[in-house]
Amino acid sequence: MDLSGSPFDAVEQGPEASEGTRGTPRVSGGDRTENALVAALRGRFDSSILHHEVQAGDQHVVFVDGARNREILGWLKDEPDQRYDLLVDVTAVDYGEGKPIQVVYQLWSIVFKRALRVKCELPLDALSIDSVVELWNAANWLEREVYDLFGVDFRNHPDLRRILMPQNYAEGHPLRKDFPLRGRFSREEQTRLALSQDYHDYYTLEELEVGGAPGIEPPAPPRLAGKGRTSR
Amino acid sequence: MTEKILEIPEPGMHTEPMLINIGPQHPATHGVLRLICELDGETVLKVTPDIGFLHSSFEKLGEYRTWNQIVPLTDRMDYLAPLMYNCVYVMAVEKLMGLEVTERCKIVRVLCMEMERIFSHLLWLGTTAIDVGAFTPFLYAFQERERIYKLHESFTGARITTSATRVGGMMADLPDGWTDSLRDFVRTFPKTLDEIDSLLTTNGIHLGRTLDIGVISGEDAINHGFTGPNLRASGVDYDLRKDNPYYDYETYDFAVPIGENGDCYDRYLVRMEEMRQSLRILDQALDRLPDGPINVADPRVSLPSKTDCMNDMESMIHHFKLITEGIKVPAGDCYFAIEGSKGELGMYVVSNGGEKPVRWRIRPPSFVNLSVIAKLAEGHLVSDLIMINASLDIVLGEIDR
Repeated sequence: MDLSGSPFDAVEQGPEASEGTRGTPRVSGGDRTENALVAALRGRFDSSILHHEVQAGDQHVVFVDGARNREILGWLKDEPDQRYDLLVDVTAVDYGEGKPIQVVYQLWSIVFKRALRVKCELPLDALSIDSVVELWNAANWLEREVYDLFGVDFRNHPDLRRILMPQNYAEGHPLRKDFPLRGRFSREEQTRLALSQDYHDYYTLEELEVGGAPGIEPPAPPRLAGKGRTSR
Repeated sequence: MTEKILEIPEPGMHTEPMLINIGPQHPATHGVLRLICELDGETVLKVTPDIGFLHSSFEKLGEYRTWNQIVPLTDRMDYLAPLMYNCVYVMAVEKLMGLEVTERCKIVRVLCMEMERIFSHLLWLGTTAIDVGAFTPFLYAFQERERIYKLHESFTGARITTSATRVGGMMADLPDGWTDSLRDFVRTFPKTLDEIDSLLTTNGIHLGRTLDIGVISGEDAINHGFTGPNLRASGVDYDLRKDNPYYDYETYDFAVPIGENGDCYDRYLVRMEEMRQSLRILDQALDRLPDGPINVADPRVSLPSKTDCMNDMESMIHHFKLITEGIKVPAGDCYFAIEGSKGELGMYVVSNGGEKPVRWRIRPPSFVNLSVIAKLAEGHLVSDLIMINASLDIVLGEIDR
């Protein structure tokens, strides 16, 4: 059966951009300024800027060296010509098959109204990168989420704990490609673990101290500063 | 002994802090949110939000589904503005595919998104008013929400889990008379809004509970990742509909309200004004709504008509392939954000050219906004903490995902 010229072809050929939609820049700034940005980044950080690409028509993505992410992002945030002052998102992508995990930063400049995506690739055996909480407080929870779901260790993060999964979750990091959809443990084991939790699991040690929970050393009695009490 | 009973602690004396849980099951947390509060008397020393009780691993589930099958997951995240989430997801996929939807589809989506903004703000308005003790606005707001529920129902068949969009268009075209019902809503809703306005805006109790509570400066708000009405209440002019327009928002005549002080009252004022501006956009969009197809005529995403399927073999194969395999999206990644009702609502989709995404990520506005509560509530009273939490307008389904 001859199927040429049928709509079936298009499905078989797979994806392509439809006519008239290419090269319609939505993000203001346009190509020239953004390429100037890449040139400026290369001039400043040289070989730490690994790769630059344009995705989805007009979205600029810069791959940088994971060892210098804080420095480069700090420059992008504070440099008067760049001013990417809003950290929109921090996330990660696992492509599976042992490929490195990408940590993705979405930046937006409120002043210049343009977006930038910065990516750092981390090999699976060295999932560690500097935290950017010092630059943006917004990164605090976002990095915790990436740690929780991907197991990326953010160095110098003030409070790197799980955030969506329970604190005592023992099955690993769910958004990794090697993590099965229903979890690593059997349903029986999962139920047993869920039922065996006690309330200590729901508090940090510091909170337990404040609450004076049994089984925890009681906090030292507060020193009384009042004058009246001591005289009696 | 009597002396000791009468002993009164001196002011400034060190008292022992107390640990109190608010939630996870508590009406004032607006969802399954647990706030671990360290209190000195009634003053909040420190508050640590604990989230994740509603975690449904939508992002993981999405990696096992075809592109169109993800749509039902999106409305379950923010059940207060489901159509908005439906729209932004397919808009991200369409951008990655380089697909331009039809003019009618664009306007229908604008109608949906602005309607959802009002829908979501109304819930915020009602529940926030209840948190400060005003019961009437809650009833008024929910009466109006019911009308939007009915619009949902007649368009999509569902009141909350709408799942109305598909890549390349909508699930169906608008039913007959739908635009008239919406027009009716646009015409009559301002009266209710004015009534609620007169109940709250100059109400002494409401002012006392919101003025200078939970103040954040514009600079801090940006640093903490605030977006949406919360950010604009702090005086930062950032609205994606104006700053990075999509769907021809630059051609609509509307204003973006900006606050000054960044307190709970300004957040209230900004949202009230946003509802009025959304009505203006709805009005203009209803006038513009053209006839014509709602789905693109692109064989990569659109199904052939039922008649064609029954009459020729190729259409049937085409239909079969699209249904059984799903649409294919070119390799690459795309981040697409709209001005959601709660802040910048983004979708980040990564494809390797296949029928299923490699990664599907929601940039959650409520999640980032909630992380600021510890800073906002410090030093306030517990009752103010409730007000601050309400003023952030969070939805836990989207925070926990």
